[in-house]
Amino acid sequence: MPASMELIAELERKANGLRCDVVKMCYHAGSGHPGGSLSAADMVAALYFHFLRLDPGNPKWEDRDRFIMSKGHACPVLYAALCRRGFFPEEVLWTLRRFGSPLQGHPDMKSTPGLDMTSGSLGNGLSIGVGMALGGRIAGKDFRVYVMLGDGELQEGLVWEGAMAASHFRLDRLTALVDYNKLQIDGENREVMNLEPLVGKWQQFGWHTIEIDGNDMAQVVRAIEEAQRTGGRPTCIIGHTIKGKGVSYMEGAAEWHGRAPTQEELERALAELGEKGGNA
Amino acid sequence: MATRMTLQSAYGETLRELGGHYSNLVVLDADLSKITQTVHFARSYPDRFLNVGIAEQNLMAIAAGLATTGMIPIAHTYACFASMRACEQVRTFISYPGLNVKIVTTSAGIEEGWSGVTHQAIEDMAIMRTIPNMTVVAPSDPFLTRRAAEAMVSHRGPVYMRLGRNPFPVIYQDGVSFTLGKAIRIREGEDVTLIACGIMVEKALRAAEMLQAEGIRARVLDMHTIKPLDEEAVLSAARETGALVTAEDHLVAGGLGGAVAELLASRCPTPLERIGLQDTFGETGDPEKLFEKYGMTPGDLVAAARRAIARKG
Repeated sequence: MPASMELIAELERKANGLRCDVVKMCYHAGSGHPGGSLSAADMVAALYFHFLRLDPGNPKWEDRDRFIMSKGHACPVLYAALCRRGFFPEEVLWTLRRFGSPLQGHPDMKSTPGLDMTSGSLGNGLSIGVGMALGGRIAGKDFRVYVMLGDGELQEGLVWEGAMAASHFRLDRLTALVDYNKLQIDGENREVMNLEPLVGKWQQFGWHTIEIDGNDMAQVVRAIEEAQRTGGRPTCIIGHTIKGKGVSYMEGAAEWHGRAPTQEELERALAELGEKGGNA
Repeated sequence: MATRMTLQSAYGETLRELGGHYSNLVVLDADLSKITQTVHFARSYPDRFLNVGIAEQNLMAIAAGLATTGMIPIAHTYACFASMRACEQVRTFISYPGLNVKIVTTSAGIEEGWSGVTHQAIEDMAIMRTIPNMTVVAPSDPFLTRRAAEAMVSHRGPVYMRLGRNPFPVIYQDGVSFTLGKAIRIREGEDVTLIACGIMVEKALRAAEMLQAEGIRARVLDMHTIKPLDEEAVLSAARETGALVTAEDHLVAGGLGGAVAELLASRCPTPLERIGLQDTFGETGDPEKLFEKYGMTPGDLVAAARRAIARKG
């Protein structure tokens, strides 16, 4: 059944709220990674506010769906989603990267309620997701595992070891989402180390692939629904996105991979985003 | 009864038994199941056996993911690949979150012999010992290996256990008890203490016999757990015998010798000699020939014991 207009509009508001949180968090922290958080915001919002089976009152619930942010530097958007989903109060968001904060510079599953896996060193999340999905199968549970991958980290060889294993073990409860924003620290993927043909690579590794505009909520929702319906093999959703999406001066600018906004830049970003949405 | 037996065959049988006791035990291998002897578990519990192919980083990362779902994964491969190729997966995704993953390796040390340097792990204990949360075990005998495997699985948290490749001499009898972090004092003595792990324990016992013939009474400790080190056993040996020799099939830097040296330096400075590889790689050959060339025979332990005793104040 196609997702309702109301659902899409609501998830778009949630994504916008996450974007506001991200720029505020990075401003308060004085560092962090806004660019890759903003590009991923729509896919993260769809998962946390619609698809993931979670219980914020019981973060370690054995039957919960799992999410791994393999591109761990995009943790601001994940922390914002966990907060707005009810795992911890808002004031915690503004402690990002501070000494003693439960929000470490890169995700630490022991520190943050609701966080399923430690990450930050790139290229590891897919294989860990394979292990989670195998654990669910052995335990006879029906939870799903979602792994968000950055495009740059697809240059790590281990990603493809994990991709091979996921299709070998026919892990149809495992879904990879590629935040394909085309930029990495040193510039464009295609200049640093070309990833193309990317859809073909995943197909050749035995995955069901879906190519979408990863910043279009209706397409994101449809793609995840299709992944859930796909049996016998894992699904990879390749979401074309814009790094820094939603803040004009961050969009498509590699420098915003890992830099915090000044107060003036923050105000401009919030004005553009309208600081609306369901979170305020 | 056989006087020599591979640690793998003892381990493989125990692993299958453990599979019956722990329904959440999952065994992973990386295309070495006949060498690591996980095949027995695989035949009995095919649904809980995962061969990930020749992909050691994947092996460790998958094990980490399994552990988050309440499984007790045991990952098997060569010591070289577990400690070096997959080092970061072990450090960042197993030890840092403190996940309940066990790593059991083979071909540890030059005892491996014929395959040469690429397959002889001589740094693995040093690497694993420096990783927070990690427990490091090197059993000396088939019976001890059985008990060590049981203790490893009942312990909650990451454990690294290194086994050799070729048949090991039998030292203990069935029923030997094993406690993680607690050395076994297999021989009493007051003049010097030989602290050994793995294949070197039997050599230390032979060295103690040779020293006995010279009228030197050597204590022998089987330091099967390198981390956490049994500090009490080392310190009482230092105080009571005044001279120590460590012996390991590993570099003397960072492994058992390194651990003992660090402890003595800060708590009880005592003459110490370290037997093992001295900042060098091994090479291809019969293990006995290699032990001779690299100064790791019982005779070398005897000479080291004499040197340590001569340095007593």
